Formats: sequence, C-alpha cells, structure tokens
Amino acid sequence: MYPKDLRYSSEHEWARAEGGRVRVGITRFAADRLTDVVFVELPAVGAKVTYMQPFGVVESVKAVSDLYSPVSGTVVEVNAALADTPEVVNSDPYGKGWMIVVQPDDLRELEQLMPVEKYLGLIGEPAT
Amino acid sequence: MASTHLKRTSLYDVHRAAGARMVEFGGWEMPVQYAGIVEEHHAVRTAAGLFDVSHMGEVEVFGPGALESVQRLITNDAARLIPGQGLYSPVCLPSGGIIDDLTVFRLTGDRFLFVVNASRTERDFQWIAEHTRAATARDRSADLALLALQGPKAQSILERLTRADLTRLASFHFTDGLEVAGLRCLVARTGYTGEDGFEIACAWDAAPALWSALVEAGRPHGLAPAGLGARDTLRLEAGYMLYGNDIDETATPLEAPLGWTVKFDKVAFIGREALLAQKARGVARKLVGFEMQGRAVPRHGYALQAEGRRIGQVTSGTFGPWIRKSIGMGYVERAYAPPGTPLQVEIRGRLEDARVVKLPFYRRS
Repeated sequence: MYPKDLRYSSEHEWARAEGGRVRVGITRFAADRLTDVVFVELPAVGAKVTYMQPFGVVESVKAVSDLYSPVSGTVVEVNAALADTPEVVNSDPYGKGWMIVVQPDDLRELEQLMPVEKYLGLIGEPAT
Repeated sequence: MASTHLKRTSLYDVHRAAGARMVEFGGWEMPVQYAGIVEEHHAVRTAAGLFDVSHMGEVEVFGPGALESVQRLITNDAARLIPGQGLYSPVCLPSGGIIDDLTVFRLTGDRFLFVVNASRTERDFQWIAEHTRAATARDRSADLALLALQGPKAQSILERLTRADLTRLASFHFTDGLEVAGLRCLVARTGYTGEDGFEIACAWDAAPALWSALVEAGRPHGLAPAGLGARDTLRLEAGYMLYGNDIDETATPLEAPLGWTVKFDKVAFIGREALLAQKARGVARKLVGFEMQGRAVPRHGYALQAEGRRIGQVTSGTFGPWIRKSIGMGYVERAYAPPGTPLQVEIRGRLEDARVVKLPFYRRS
C-alpha cells in the first residue's frame, strides 16, 4: 500500500527518485480519501514547480483538492493518459496514476520528505 | 457543528460494520460511501442500491380539516390524492420562497404523512403545526426509519420478502401495513435516483432487521449498500433538486424547474399571490442544467458567465458517473435559460465552456 522506496509529503504526495529526476503522484491514502478521481489538472511541460506549493488540482465526484509539489524544479513530463483515465489514480496510485516528472533544482530536497515509517505514523496506519 | 451533537440512525452500527465512511449531513452522522461512490452509482443504474435515509423527517397531519390544512401548506394539489397515493410538492412562504420540498402521502381520508428533508425537519414541523387549524400535526421522525431500495432489480428483490403483488403498486402509490420480512412497513414506489424503486418506512428499531433481510435478498441480484455520495450523483443526473443547494427560502418553484407543482387553480395556498404575481411579470432567473465541454467539475457557488459578464451561479455540480460528463445546475438570467445557450463556468480563475441542456441529464429507458 505504501512502497518503501518512496518519500512522502505531509500533503500526501509521493516522490520517487529516478536517476536525476523525480516522479510525483499522490498516495493510496489521499486517493481513498478523495474517493473516485474524475479529473486531474496538471501543469505543462516546462512549468516551474516549487517545494510544497500547488502544482495542480485533483477532482473527485465529491471534492476538489490541490496537489503540492514535493520538490522544486522544472516539469519534464506529465501523465497525459490521466485526461481520459483519471480513475487510475485510485486503482494504481504509484504506477499508472503518476502525475508529473520533475527535473529537480536540488535532489537533496527530497531528504525533507518523510520515509514510509514516518508517513504511516502521520496517517495512523500500523508500520509494516 | 460539534460532532458530539450529531444524531445517528438505528443503522449506525450496521454501516460501520459494512465499512462505510461516515460524514455529517443535516445534523446527522451518515454513510457517504461503502465501496465507492461510482461503484454504488453504477449498481443503482444496473441492479439495485440500498440507502439508509432514516435521517429524513416525517410529519403526520390528521383529524378533521386535515385536507384543508395540507392544501393550504403545499403548492401541489392534495385533493386529487386517494388514500394510497402520494405526490411531490414544495411548501412555500407567503413570499413564494421554498421552505422545503417533500413528499405527501394520503394515508386515509383525513390522515396525511409528509416526508421531509432532514435539515428542515424542525422548521417544517413548526411551520406545519402553525398552519394546521382544526387538524393536528405530529412529528413522527423519531418513530420511523426509512430505507430506499432503488434500481431496475428493486422489485425482484422486494418480491422475495413480501406476499404483496408489487406489479400493482404504481409510481407514487404506497401500501401501509405491508409485511416485509415479517416487519410491518409502509412501502411507497418513490425515490430520488431516476430509477424504479421503493422507499420503505418501518419502526425505528426494526431497521437493522429490515436492512439485513434486504441485503440478503438482494445479494443474488447485485444489490449494493449505497451512501449519500451516490445518492447525490444519482439525483443530479436525474435532475432532482437538493434542498439547501438548488432551492431554499430565497428561491421560488417558478424559478426552480418546479412550476408543474404549483396548482393555481386549486384552493388558496400559502405563497399563491406572490407566485401568481411572479408568473404574471415573468421570473428574472431560472434554474437550468448545463454540461461542461471538458472534465473540470462545476461546484456549488461557482460563478456562471455569458457574453463576458456574470449572469448566474452554480448550485450543484458533479461528474456524472453514468453519463460520464461533468454536469451542473444553477440559476441564470432568464435570457440565458434556453437549451443550447453557451455559458462559461469560472473554475479556479479560468472560464470553462458549458452549454445549457434540458433536464434531466439522465432518463431511464
């Protein structure tokens, strides 16, 4: 449910270092709490994102929530498939439900994010 | 509202055991979803869903002059009801503003049952009691639980639990004192989903037994327990008003698409003069349905624009899980009400294209 190789933000985004880049999405907890995701609004490739500042929006049938960037940098990829199949954010939040890939200004920023044990504590789930 | 003051229905423990996520609604702690809103929505459109709507209020009006009182209170015409029939109606202020929208059932010649919105129960009861002259009003909300069994399989499921011939129960008709799973119930062919279905009232404490029996009988038919989340998306697709969102004391039935419930040719009723005057001069605004061109979801309170200026406001919106479109309802200046009119919804500072469409968004075939 909460992969050990990810770093987690207090706003329930995950970040995965892939070489020098960072892939970003939202956690299972966030997806469940939102209920069925029906629309994801993402920045364009080339946009600047800032650590813990909004970079997009996710909408469910019930609610709208901001997405916060877990790292500062430049967007180099966006998940265009979410335009037609936003429901994969619920069904596969760490896989097909990814949102953006960022070229970070400073990869060490990820150290400010939580490791999985600490994130599980935040959401009140028992550590595995 | 402090969570310690929230009321619970007799099914609270059943919902928790079924894994429901609970939310506050109209002063009650109610299930918003079990498996998920979209899944529950589809279950109701293709098979059946079971809803706990015990939070809704019930007010009985009885005694000599009951019909006269009911006629004064509602805009629709209760005189055409025979015992065993019901109708939908607004209750209006003298200004024409809507105090509540409700279902009225004629139990006997001089006994009526109003089924009202949870958040309006106290207001309604006070208003009704003030305007029943010779008749008596009694708040029965604490005695009666209410379940809604909705969907194309609703009749097949209910048939397994009762000996009554449900094919003879027409839309907006009901039978009082029917045995369902051995429990005494009032069964009405009514609902709020756009599907065939029943609303079943029973004694407050009997609801868990009735719920279990329905879940058991419904299992082979694909019945799913459904929460208020799906109830809202289903009613929106079906074009039904939600009190507090789409209609309130500042809106009249003529502004909302409820003109058909205002019977000017019956005896006098509260709000008649104001509504007649409004009809004569024409309404300034109309509630319309609209479809978004894209997927961004309109929400309650968002601004509606046309021709570069603000012309109204969204009252309800969602992504319609069955019709797979972002949809909404809202009040617009009358000139922008005809179907096909282009509108824009202001969503997060951007104008998103929409188009007025005829309600409902979904009609069962």
